[in-house]
Amino acid sequence: MIVEKLTKCYAGTTAVNAISFKVNKGDIVGFLGPNGAGKSTTMRMLASYLPPTSGVATVAGYDIFRDSLKAREHIGYMPEGVPLYQDMRVNEYLKYRAELKGVRGRRMKERLNDVYELCGLCEVQKKPISVLSKGFRQRVGLADVLLHEPDLLILDEPTIGLDPNQIRQMRELIRKLGYHHTILLSTHILVEVEMTCNRVIIINHGKIEVVDTPQNLRARMQISGQVYLEIRHNTPKQVIALLETLSGVVSVDLVQNDDEWCEFRLQTTHDPREAIFEMALKYRWPLRELRRSQVSLEDIFADITHAEEI
Amino acid sequence: MIRRFHTLLRHEIGHYFWSPLTYIVLFFYLLLTGFIFHAALTVLNANPSQYSLVEAFFSTVFFWFGFILIFPLITMRLFSEEYRMGTIETLMTAPIRSGEVVLSKFFAAFFFYIILWAPSLLYFVIFELKTGAHAASAVGPYLGGYGILLLIGMFYISIGCLASALTSSQLVAAAVSFSLITILFFMGLLSLALNVNPFLRDLTEYLSAIEHMMEFSQGLFDSRPIIFYLSMTVLTLYLTFQVFQYRRWRN
Repeated sequence: MIVEKLTKCYAGTTAVNAISFKVNKGDIVGFLGPNGAGKSTTMRMLASYLPPTSGVATVAGYDIFRDSLKAREHIGYMPEGVPLYQDMRVNEYLKYRAELKGVRGRRMKERLNDVYELCGLCEVQKKPISVLSKGFRQRVGLADVLLHEPDLLILDEPTIGLDPNQIRQMRELIRKLGYHHTILLSTHILVEVEMTCNRVIIINHGKIEVVDTPQNLRARMQISGQVYLEIRHNTPKQVIALLETLSGVVSVDLVQNDDEWCEFRLQTTHDPREAIFEMALKYRWPLRELRRSQVSLEDIFADITHAEEI
Repeated sequence: MIRRFHTLLRHEIGHYFWSPLTYIVLFFYLLLTGFIFHAALTVLNANPSQYSLVEAFFSTVFFWFGFILIFPLITMRLFSEEYRMGTIETLMTAPIRSGEVVLSKFFAAFFFYIILWAPSLLYFVIFELKTGAHAASAVGPYLGGYGILLLIGMFYISIGCLASALTSSQLVAAAVSFSLITILFFMGLLSLALNVNPFLRDLTEYLSAIEHMMEFSQGLFDSRPIIFYLSMTVLTLYLTFQVFQYRRWRN
């Protein structure tokens, strides 16, 4: 998928502002951003549901705007909230969707069996959709998307509203699907992106801020990080003053102080743990804990998007 | 493309029959048509006249009353429900065309409309079997009466579709279609009620559904109403298509 300067304006506001990116075959791309960033709008445009105000996007070589029908044949789109017809049974619904997409006869039977197994829907085939839990409905939505074996899956917040077990299962499923499909998924759960995606696009206020792999992103930030230190001392202020003299230490905060054990958090520009150990040895501080806290993607995200206070 | 339309149509018709409202409507309509038939018989028994039973059937007040009420009920959910539930998104991201969607909903509603009126034919059959008398002098009145019923129905259903495509609220859709249909219907009544200038009177007579029904249920064939209803249906469906597209684009 190639996206060039895709823009969407509503009366007065620009929801998506001239974004450009590429998704290569076999990628699992995580579209990350705070709520209102323009993720859903972008996905709807790419799925041929919303027409863009300007810009071009092609999927498998077909322009989503001019060759909408052909493009849609290569795309499987699952909207946020997975809207389904409540009165239909699972098998009825999937048969209907298969027919709409031109999957018929024997091929339909095969595909149905495949998606039932893949999405774990064998037991609920005959149940009406209204009695299914959210997790199962999400699976039905996913099954629907897979019926016509599209090259590209566009999933808008696929794990939203699910409980932790269901989330885990869904992620597992997405990872499995990643072997055979190209996937573009949107989310604001960062762990998800780390676990399932090989590329991350961070979008904020309709503009792309970062395009990279999760590992690279983390590496960028790892140089600066935090170190936690727990020692026994009567006068933490003294300790703070001493620690701040170490090179690489930007600031030191006292996080906790019960009994006489003090926990300090140090903001560092590079790893000072060895120096801290030496210092503790020199001043004979009983040391209970010394650890480096990995900068999480959350911190990177907050940093990049300058998360506002709620 | 025809296949996709066929799939959509089957789905839409099925949609009618999943809903409990459908069966309630069918039940009450059955009662209503029975009542209309009874009313027609009573009137004719009281004052023998040259009207045939078929004519009387199609001209009682109860008939028109029931007739007008049904259209909002069978069309209000067609588009509105899909907008509201969000299923319009999954629908329009499948490789189908907007025109197929609009037409399939229209024809599903029309099919349901036919099912509503089909049992009334039985009454005439039973009447003829029981009394040996003819409900109408020839086959003409049947063809005419039911024919114009279908044509008027086609037009009013397309208005219902238009109203439904305009809004995501079923209630608003019902209100809009009811208003439009009532206005159209009463325009035709103007000719009976008021003494307006001859030109207006002729115009409203031309458009009057009651006039049309009276003519056709006598077995008279007049191409003008036929063309009128067919062309208006096409026009209204085209408008519905445009509204549907517009809602997509605007979003």
